[in-house]
Amino acid sequence: MIYAVEVAVTLKPVVNDPQGLVVRDGLRQLGFAQVRSARVGKVIALELEAASEAEARDAVVQMCEKLLRNPVIEDYHIESVAAGVGA
Amino acid sequence: MRFGIAVFPGTWSDRDCAHAVQLDGHDAVMLWHKDRSLQGVDCVILPGGFSYGDYLRTGAVARFAPLMESVQEFAAGGGLVWGICNGFQVLCEAHMLPGALVRNGSLQFRCEPSWLRVETTGTAYTSGLRLGQVLQIPVSHGEGRYVADPATLDLLEEQRRVAFRYVAPDGSAVGAASPNGSLRDIAGVVNEGRNVLGMMPHPERACEPLLGSADGMELFRSVAASLARTATFA
Repeated sequence: MIYAVEVAVTLKPVVNDPQGLVVRDGLRQLGFAQVRSARVGKVIALELEAASEAEARDAVVQMCEKLLRNPVIEDYHIESVAAGVGA
Repeated sequence: MRFGIAVFPGTWSDRDCAHAVQLDGHDAVMLWHKDRSLQGVDCVILPGGFSYGDYLRTGAVARFAPLMESVQEFAAGGGLVWGICNGFQVLCEAHMLPGALVRNGSLQFRCEPSWLRVETTGTAYTSGLRLGQVLQIPVSHGEGRYVADPATLDLLEEQRRVAFRYVAPDGSAVGAASPNGSLRDIAGVVNEGRNVLGMMPHPERACEPLLGSADGMELFRSVAASLARTATFA
């Protein structure tokens, strides 16, 4: 079975995010005065082969631990796991 | 002495490093990222650039290169491994040095002179320098802001593992003139064994008066002198 998995990798809250500050200020300048903060991360979209959803999740957790995020500065969160995509 | 210089796809300071090494009368051996042999070098330099396009994160992919396995073994045995700019990023990603290097506080790529204060002479790289000496060595990076958690930073200070700090030309605190906003103005750190150094500024670009500063050469000389001392006692 093919699974489509999306992982969000974001800077830890304690790590200053100058890119996020620029986005926040840009939004405010455009009139979105209600914006309190903005933080910029990335989404990694994977398609992988797995026997079950649990197996797909486990594999992606290992990928995050080994490569996709830097534990010193980043957190990750599996946003979605969908079966049968791209098959 | 024989200096090995790692070459990853996207490395750009390898020739400059080789030039600096040769200028001081040593051999430069280029080490291709797919090879495993370190060819008997005395010191490995991981030079600046954008290894593997710096995709995902700076230095994140280079650490999986076959060459890096040998470099890690070499470092574990006490060998000198010197990461400059992208090389520093690779060493952090490989967990050979603590902390990480993230986007400059200014969001700008900064290519300009910087001034570094020598914070320890207890390393092969700085034993030929004076404590508190100020060196003019350029930076050239977009992601050089050194970050680590407070406990790690305290440990680095306590063990005198901060090698260089950004300062103003007169040696006073750099303040807002920091090229990248590094925590505690850290420009370079060493590992616990003090044989692995990572630094963002480029000493190889400050090795001849024609380039505006020859201060960088003092680091190469210091390494060579340390190696010569070790060889004598071995």
